[in-house]
Amino acid sequence: MLTTWTQIFKRDLLIAFRRRSEVIHPLIFFVMVISLFPLAIGDDKVLLQKIAPAIIWVTALLATMLSLDNLFRSDFEDGSLEQMTLLKTPLSFLVTAKIIAHWFITGLPLILITPLLAVLLYLPGESISMLVLTLLLGTPTLSLIGAVGIALTVALRQGGVILSLLILPLYIPVLIFATLALQNTAQGFSAVAQLAMMLAILVLAITLSPFAIAAALKVSLN
Amino acid sequence: MEKKYTYTGHLSVENLACWRNEQVLFSDLSFSISPENILFLEGENGSGKTSLLRILCGFRLPDEGEINWENETAASVPEYFQNISYVGHKNGIKDELTVEENLNLMRSMATAEEIKTEDVLKQIGLFKKADVLSRQLSAGQKRKLALARLMMTNNSFWVLDEPFTSLDTASVRFFELLIKKHISRGGLLILTSHHDIDLSGLSVTHFNLSN
Repeated sequence: MLTTWTQIFKRDLLIAFRRRSEVIHPLIFFVMVISLFPLAIGDDKVLLQKIAPAIIWVTALLATMLSLDNLFRSDFEDGSLEQMTLLKTPLSFLVTAKIIAHWFITGLPLILITPLLAVLLYLPGESISMLVLTLLLGTPTLSLIGAVGIALTVALRQGGVILSLLILPLYIPVLIFATLALQNTAQGFSAVAQLAMMLAILVLAITLSPFAIAAALKVSLN
Repeated sequence: MEKKYTYTGHLSVENLACWRNEQVLFSDLSFSISPENILFLEGENGSGKTSLLRILCGFRLPDEGEINWENETAASVPEYFQNISYVGHKNGIKDELTVEENLNLMRSMATAEEIKTEDVLKQIGLFKKADVLSRQLSAGQKRKLALARLMMTNNSFWVLDEPFTSLDTASVRFFELLIKKHISRGGLLILTSHHDIDLSGLSVTHFNLSN
């Protein structure tokens, strides 16, 4: 059971490595959009500092959505998904391998590059570490929730619009708690409550979404 | 003498119906198949052969009727699905992986048949292509790679949808032998094919979906 999981995990990392250009696309999007803001707003340090968390979080949210599109599509199109449903290991367990691999490939680089971009937006040190922390807690949730939507729409040819309508509302709680945590930090208050909420949402997503994803994929195969 | 399968069983289908876009593809379909038997599905294009095979694999739900495995509803027997080896229209191989990587992946997920990847490569004539990305293979070579999963499994129920599309004659002969071996081990096989397949000496039931 675990060997199959690791095989899928390794396979996805290897495939991502061989399709670097596709994988790197959301990251480039993330960097470009954020670096456009200081250019458009000008050298208004106070304003940039104030809206920086919102800019970074909204862009991270959109970049995640952009990157998710490939999560199940190739498996669906080349028939690997059909083969996966026939395995002894439950599909709900196998999809976690795909999502974790996907997060390593797209979520983690995004977080690693965030401190640099935050400096660009004049974010002070303690806000930067809080920003990274919220992204660490938040992006896995975004991947898990997004995967449910992807699994539902993978069989549709034009699933893009439906996908955003489906997923973005579910992303809002994560966005609100993350930006609240950052606001509190900027004003010198504690952000433990917001972080605890984000952790709770993450735990909820980890426990429930694999089953939803597996069920949605089976519906898509039908 | 080949080693017999450790797990096999009897499949029966009762009053199966399938609709597509409000049209009846087939209805009141009943048949059964026992170990060492082949069910050869025939029928014109669009008569529902692929849909039937997909229903048997659990990818599609039947609109009516029941599938029974060993006299139990198949949907409630996880072993039934785990015992299926399916080769459909889609090859189920990854373009970005090399031939060898694809085979290793199949083998690690199969029910651990003790056969070396190297031997499989030699037998399907892709030994020299082991390190080539699957994307660069021809359609026939990809098909052979997809069918190679049958060589590395202990599953006793094979479901093959047009398995010999774009294969050359020598490869067709090779996989015919594989099918014969499978049957002699106590396996079940359901297939569709527009190729002439030599299944002489085997117990084949022909089933026409068009009627």
